[in-house]
Amino acid sequence: MRFLRQFGIILLISFIGEILYVLLPFPIPASIYGIIILFLCLETGLVSVASVKETSDFLIEIMPIMFVPAAVGLMDSWQTIKSDLVPYAVITVITTCVVMIVSGRVVQLGIRFGMRRDKHE
Amino acid sequence: MSEFFETSVFFGVFLSILSYGIGVMLKKKWKLAVFNPLLIAVVIVILFLTVSNIDCSVYQEGAKSISFLLTPATICLAVPLYEQMELLKKNYKAVLIGIFSGVLTSLASILLLAFLFELDHASYVTLLPKSITTAIGMGVSEELGGYVSITVAVIIVTGVMGNMFAETICRIFKIHDPIAIGIAIGTSSHAIGTAKAMELGEVEGAMSSLSIVVSGILTVIGASLFAQFIV
Repeated sequence: MRFLRQFGIILLISFIGEILYVLLPFPIPASIYGIIILFLCLETGLVSVASVKETSDFLIEIMPIMFVPAAVGLMDSWQTIKSDLVPYAVITVITTCVVMIVSGRVVQLGIRFGMRRDKHE
Repeated sequence: MSEFFETSVFFGVFLSILSYGIGVMLKKKWKLAVFNPLLIAVVIVILFLTVSNIDCSVYQEGAKSISFLLTPATICLAVPLYEQMELLKKNYKAVLIGIFSGVLTSLASILLLAFLFELDHASYVTLLPKSITTAIGMGVSEELGGYVSITVAVIIVTGVMGNMFAETICRIFKIHDPIAIGIAIGTSSHAIGTAKAMELGEVEGAMSSLSIVVSGILTVIGASLFAQFIV
């Protein structure tokens, strides 16, 4: 019963996320509403970590495989991209690296220069 | 032969898992970034479909059942995030400034390069949401008048790149702090990168999950402003 209950809770939150996506006018998908809802439920104690833990660990572990079909689908969009391949490829490679470096370095500098709350208070 | 695969319920899912398993084995043997399990899995599946002349849509039909779990799995990222809440509270300023500067860098560097390549408005806004999670990115691209299918392709390539090169880039640029590594991965390469962050450690995974949400929402706002720079 434990796994059934855990999976049930996670699917219920997915479903609520779907409802919010339909009702609210933002381009924000069900999964993002869902993360926020589950997080709030955990924070408020409405859902305990123990009541979702194993199923959530399992789903997170198998998550990389869920991206395989989408990436294989690139086969089909190849024809549309081919004509502008160079700019798309160059921009994708450069910006991905730059964003990773900038955000990582900024956080690291911030932590090093004492942007911790305990030092301010 | 193809007819059997078309009716098989488990072919697509099994092929995906098997290919990913081979990728994991190769990665264990040779610890090079190129042997990324996700990349290997995609290459094997594409090769298999091409060689055996099975239509991509046949595979997709079966593989749907794994994609179905993507939303529930993404939602579960809230659990590690909650478990690392103390660490997050201590460092929230650095974390938020880091994600914000990452999103701004993404939009600004795309604008700059779009100018250099003389892209038109549609191609430019197609690229703007490239670093955020697919479902949000599609919505942004559609709303701003981009080519949605290309946006999806670019987002996936971005994610796979982040997944492949995160460790190498962080090492070269001396990003050692697990919080910084997590934010760097999540802000640049969304959920596909986060899968990698999860393997690196709990803190990395939690911070990367947070970045998906925050950078996704910031990009929705930021992209609509940046879209006006190339008309």
